[in-house]
Amino acid sequence: MTRTALRHRLAERGVDRQLWLLVPGLACVLALFVYPFAYGIGLSFQPSEGGFLGAYRTFFADAYQRDTIATTLGLALPAAILNVAASVPIAYRMRGRFRGKRLLTTVLVVPITLGTVLTAEGLLNYLGPAGWFNRALMSIGLIDDPIRLTNNYWGVFFSLVITGFPFAFLLILSYLSGIDPTLERAAATLGAGWWQRFQRITLPLLAPGLATTFCLTFVLAFSVFPSAVLVGDPAGETRVISIAAYHAAYEVYDYPLGSAIAVVMGVVELAVVAIVLGLRSLLYTGSTGGKG
Amino acid sequence: MTAFQELRLDGVGRRFGGRDALSGLSLTIRQGEFIALLGPSGCGKSTALNCLAGLLPLSEGSIWQDGARLDTLPPERRGFGMVFQNYALFPHLSVRKNISFGLQMQRVPRDEVKRRTDEAIRLVRLEDHAGKLPGQLSGGQQQRVAIARAVVLEPSLVLMDEPLSNLDAKLRLEMRTEIRRLHQTLGLTTVYVTHDQEEALSLADRLVVLRDGRVEQTGTPQELHERPANRHVADFMGYRNLLPMRVKAVHGSTVAVDGSGMTLEGTPVGKFAAGDEVVAGIRPEDLHIGVHGVPVTVEVVEYQGRELAVEARTADGVALHIMAGERPASGDSITVSADPARVLVFPGGVA
Repeated sequence: MTRTALRHRLAERGVDRQLWLLVPGLACVLALFVYPFAYGIGLSFQPSEGGFLGAYRTFFADAYQRDTIATTLGLALPAAILNVAASVPIAYRMRGRFRGKRLLTTVLVVPITLGTVLTAEGLLNYLGPAGWFNRALMSIGLIDDPIRLTNNYWGVFFSLVITGFPFAFLLILSYLSGIDPTLERAAATLGAGWWQRFQRITLPLLAPGLATTFCLTFVLAFSVFPSAVLVGDPAGETRVISIAAYHAAYEVYDYPLGSAIAVVMGVVELAVVAIVLGLRSLLYTGSTGGKG
Repeated sequence: MTAFQELRLDGVGRRFGGRDALSGLSLTIRQGEFIALLGPSGCGKSTALNCLAGLLPLSEGSIWQDGARLDTLPPERRGFGMVFQNYALFPHLSVRKNISFGLQMQRVPRDEVKRRTDEAIRLVRLEDHAGKLPGQLSGGQQQRVAIARAVVLEPSLVLMDEPLSNLDAKLRLEMRTEIRRLHQTLGLTTVYVTHDQEEALSLADRLVVLRDGRVEQTGTPQELHERPANRHVADFMGYRNLLPMRVKAVHGSTVAVDGSGMTLEGTPVGKFAAGDEVVAGIRPEDLHIGVHGVPVTVEVVEYQGRELAVEARTADGVALHIMAGERPASGDSITVSADPARVLVFPGGVA
């Protein structure tokens, strides 16, 4: 076999010198993600006592720890569903071109750039017991005592919506603009009213995009940590799983338990994502005829 | 759907940002007619169709179906079928479901939906493809689904927006015949938008030629083909030679014109006096190579099967398009002439 022939056969399989371009990226992924990840998994199986699965047993045996899964799901699932559900009608109305679209998009997207800490401070100032919201309600006599909207479930929930919504909105807007607008016009000439057009044509074509968007916003919300501490009730109602992991690793210095909780967190996320993507694969996922 | 006796467009116009895309379109469409809206891109023909379908609100004028005003109704309540240029088939629905969509929207009973859908699928000969998604079909098959989807509702009017422009030449001819066959067998009333004069001439009972949003001429294919009202219509009807000239003399039913390095006798379209600026329109096939006439030099010869398309230049450097039977060679000097009845003289100048 001559040299050129070998090179030709390799090139046919996609092996050529351009592959060297992958080396820096791969090295980073290995050093910064794969190794620490594998190390963490390994660590979770080496608790100081209780044998191979001891750390997991500790986590699941203690209701205070175990319940963090339900607490986190109870925050992340409704927040992700609301973010997706609220984005659809707004993005649907904003598909076309109109005056002020850029300004409106900017306003809707700004919270992404704020960061959770700033959002949390804003929430405390606005929704807190002495915040404008409560003072306004009290001054018009609607309520006598402030409603508690921070340092509990609702504070964290609002924070997740504020930071997650722009993300969901941007994704859904781009999915929607990928759907050919003539499809709805065709449906209209066939006698379909606006709701039928949305429900029978746009929604089925958008559904795979909604599933993907849901997965991404869910994962973002599931790993909530700063707002759960800042505007939540980190010892009680909003003791989310990341707080449990942080507590185990950096306050008790039980690294194996911390790692085990992190692994549980990953498994729960993956399970939800797998279910959603499994349902998505039942839908039509081909071309939507548009420019996207 | 209830058939109508006549559909009347009364001064229909549409503005986009201060620019008239369509203005003053008045047209009466009778039951069973095939009307073609013909014109170059940007002439307002698609705008007219979208106004008719209800997809664009009118800026002025009104549309009447017999006695009932139509232009205030949304598209879903007009009962017209529409075939879109890109077909606009629902990509997530099978061929069968695409076709039955409209029937389901009309809440037709289930067994009737099935019967009429089957019938429509048979009509466009897609029995073997009924379960496929549009993405799995060829362009011609998609086109047939789009037509079946529009006609299955037995609409009082079928609107077609350049339905053949995405097909290759052979398929275009086949589908053209198919569309005319469906129009006749189903007794449809059709408004068909195209920029292809051949398509319009062969399909339509009546043509409306549009330019810059205005109607230039309305008439039967024969009327437009033989007596175009002005040089723009002539340009669209295959008068490839449009020569700027000047009237030399008027004798009875003909005028003598000269300019562009030649002198011709032609039939006036309008009133002229000697000295007027005019445009003489001649079809390539009406220029004959002979012994008398205008001397020209052959530049390009294109073989087109039965004939040759020749481009030649007069002594003044004006290009002439000629259809020839035998092959003149590039560089030959020939003389061409035309029957005065076949030379149309239109008003010239700007307009």
